[in-house]
Amino acid sequence: MTDDITLTIDERPVTVPEGTTILQAAKSVGINIPTICYHEFCTSNGLCRICVVEVEGSRTLVPACVAKVSQDMVVRTRTPRVVNARRTILEMLNASVDLSEDENIQDLMHEYAADEARFPLAEPRQHAILDDNPMYIRDYAKCILCWRCVQVCADDAQYTYAINFSGRGYHTSISTYYDLPLTETTCVFCGQCVGVCPTGALKPKREWLMELGYTPDQIMQMTRTERKSRMRRPQASA
Amino acid sequence: MIQPDRIVSTTCPYCGVGCNLQMHVRNETIYRVTTPFDAVVNRGTLCVKGRYGYDYVYNKQRVTTPLIRKKLQKPGKRTQAFDLDEWRQVSWDEALDYTTQRLVEIYQRDGSDALAVYCCAKATNEDNYLLQKMFRALFQTNNIDHCTRLCHAGSVVALQMAVGSSAMSNTAAEVIHNDVFILTGANASENHPIIALQMKKAIQKYGAKLIVVDPRRIELVNYATLWLPEKPGTDVPVFSAMAHVILKEKLFNPEFIDTRTENFQDFAASMEKFTPEFAEIVSGVDRNLIVAAARMYASAKNGAIYWALGIPQHVHGTDNALALINLALLTGHIGRLGTGLNPLRGQNNVQGASDSGAMPWHYPGYQRVDDEAAAIKFEKGWNQPSGSLNRQLGLTTTEIVSHIAPDGVRAIHIMGENPMMSEPDLNHTRHQFEQLEFLVGQDLFINESHAFADVFLPAATFAEKDGTFTNTDRRVQRVRQVIPPRGESRADWEIICDLAQRIEARLEVPTARWDYAHPSEILEEMGTLVTEYAGVKYKRIEQVGLQTPVYDDNHPGTPFLFAEKFPRGRGKFHPLEYHACAESIDQEYPFILTTGRVLEHWHGGSLTRHSWLDDLYPEALVEINPVDAEALGVKSGDTVNVRSRRGSIHLRCKVTEKTTPGVVFIPFHFHEAPANILTIEAIDPLAKIPEYKSCAVAVTRASEKDLKNPEAQQARGRY
Repeated sequence: MTDDITLTIDERPVTVPEGTTILQAAKSVGINIPTICYHEFCTSNGLCRICVVEVEGSRTLVPACVAKVSQDMVVRTRTPRVVNARRTILEMLNASVDLSEDENIQDLMHEYAADEARFPLAEPRQHAILDDNPMYIRDYAKCILCWRCVQVCADDAQYTYAINFSGRGYHTSISTYYDLPLTETTCVFCGQCVGVCPTGALKPKREWLMELGYTPDQIMQMTRTERKSRMRRPQASA
Repeated sequence: MIQPDRIVSTTCPYCGVGCNLQMHVRNETIYRVTTPFDAVVNRGTLCVKGRYGYDYVYNKQRVTTPLIRKKLQKPGKRTQAFDLDEWRQVSWDEALDYTTQRLVEIYQRDGSDALAVYCCAKATNEDNYLLQKMFRALFQTNNIDHCTRLCHAGSVVALQMAVGSSAMSNTAAEVIHNDVFILTGANASENHPIIALQMKKAIQKYGAKLIVVDPRRIELVNYATLWLPEKPGTDVPVFSAMAHVILKEKLFNPEFIDTRTENFQDFAASMEKFTPEFAEIVSGVDRNLIVAAARMYASAKNGAIYWALGIPQHVHGTDNALALINLALLTGHIGRLGTGLNPLRGQNNVQGASDSGAMPWHYPGYQRVDDEAAAIKFEKGWNQPSGSLNRQLGLTTTEIVSHIAPDGVRAIHIMGENPMMSEPDLNHTRHQFEQLEFLVGQDLFINESHAFADVFLPAATFAEKDGTFTNTDRRVQRVRQVIPPRGESRADWEIICDLAQRIEARLEVPTARWDYAHPSEILEEMGTLVTEYAGVKYKRIEQVGLQTPVYDDNHPGTPFLFAEKFPRGRGKFHPLEYHACAESIDQEYPFILTTGRVLEHWHGGSLTRHSWLDDLYPEALVEINPVDAEALGVKSGDTVNVRSRRGSIHLRCKVTEKTTPGVVFIPFHFHEAPANILTIEAIDPLAKIPEYKSCAVAVTRASEKDLKNPEAQQARGRY
């Protein structure tokens, strides 16, 4: 039996079991803290920092998805400092990544009045679409490095370890070992990664072909060689 | 970004795990499959087949109009017609009238024994219930079976003998409550991928210990505390030697044995000869490993055993399963949460098809056909004259094939199955099929079996109909129509009802009832005849499935069995003897062949070889251990010839330690190199299951020119 902890979130008293995160504690009283990289069924890593809150006595803002509650903690989830941090995070993400398919981030951009042109000199991350297998494509121009795909490929679900971070800083990306095509890695194409990808960076291949303008009939008539082809444009002759 | 018109929740059509699928549909095209993270069975995870393998629904080779063969087929001269040019597109009326006429003609001329039917573990409970009802009520035949015979028949018979029930005793997700579990004859990572994930989690996060007993170094060996690499077919000595150690070291559970079991003394006496030394000689497993495994399992708080087809698919398959049951009874590792005897069922609905009576010895609910009270019950239930139902046990799957003869089986109706890929000794099966007088195929594709048919009835896929599947842990789950049936295809239950009504009209008999408006009415009818399904109603399983038995409308279902007692009363120990496999190796055929499946494919290949899944694993590969490969002078990718006394195939080899020296493994999905050309039609005397897991073969180098499709190749890095 764990001890209960009482704290204050946005001036409201909250009692939760020891070990609860600030995010869960807030949720238990209906206070919504925005998240991006967090996923209820994945290990939280506090990567994106959109969930930061102000904790009295703490020098820095605290990521609510990983920070545990403590007795008499005083948490404020929407101070000007917090809002400013969240807005900046959104503006920086938007400056380098194609967020067009992430409805959650789009809503947050709107909610926090993020300025899409805040960083006009920023260089968007450029990645060619990786189409190296018959099941799903990887469009890392849309990747926000939330790490969910890596987590579910590893100990959160599949124990397959086919993908991980590669590179440093701005050049960080998700990759296979030595950039091998997925077919030649330990990948078993379970698609857990596709299931948790928030931005459309990972997508079933047939869905992607439909987006490119192929009709379902054209897709299903493709020969194996056509399916493997890396240069693909919508065409009536398929 | 595509927005779905709708998202439909249904159950995966592949393996027995029974994962929930959320199918996203746009313009009647399924384009994405997801699954909720709170799904009771699979918790947000899927495997490659569940997530991407539905595209066979849209495959261009799928047949969606009824067909009749242009050229009349004669017994002995029957041929295979894969080409649509050899078929005539007809109306449903014509196809069903023709089927009626031919079946009734043969029935009236040669009687009930001339007819046989293969039901289908891929189809719904409702489809199977109706098909067996049609043949039992209208044609008075019990020649009704499905692929359970080729799969867990040995386990079913053994469990019936020892405890009186034949399903998995526990819920798959309970594996996290095991502290020691044995996995034998099962490659869960490839064949029950989601259960394998739960096993890995149990080991990595909950500290469970795994003992793998398997001739193959399956992926889960990476997670195992002990691996006992036995020779194929030596399960009785290995597990009995474990029992021997448990008896000698007094690690058994005397209280459980006293209160819950019988026949202990006879059993204990028969274990005397199974010393670890004897088992080592027979099985090749180090005696110390056997002792260690026995101590680990017996001293567990919660021990459980999981097995799949490596156990039953032997001529002594029933004995193999009994050896496992003996261990559970000896240690009392059954009847509690996190313990148990768990045969992992292969097909999405093999449990349900068996429950629905798609078997030659049982009506729905395992009520024996030779039991007078049961027969009378079904005569009443199906509105049939008293004494009309056949009291004789029918023919099993393999027996149906071997009984095709002028005075034996003349006509077969096949729903979904593909015996021309899945039966052992396919050259013999082919010869037998050629002798048939009439064959009905009811399926999606003209597969190797339906190519022999006279009439083809195009069925709807799982995504185009409503119904229920019963998964491996006895959970009855909803299958929902996602898209309208393609072309003129119809749900199996509708085809059967239409056909049965035509047959009844022609026979001028009272109706057994075929006027259902919805499959829910069929399941309710089955519930009136099968007590375990009495409380399973569609309205109760809209969100979460119910685990049978469900005795009435208020019964909550049964997550684990045998808490108080066994269905037969006491659990019965069975004394065992060691019997060798049907065929042993010799100088001419020096390798043991064992067959099975791979992650990317399903059985005879009707579904997955018509899916993009085939791109991931496009050709048959024989697995050879590096030691043997060096002796043969072959390396991965080389073409080899594998032959047995019954046939020969050519395929590329994969040199891997996944198979042990002296043993080669071939998956049986590939018509270009069907493993079952090689397998032996030797069957277990009790369960009638063929010995797919062991026969003697020779392997020699061959040329790539011998391959039927040498272009099909895909480099893969997965284990």
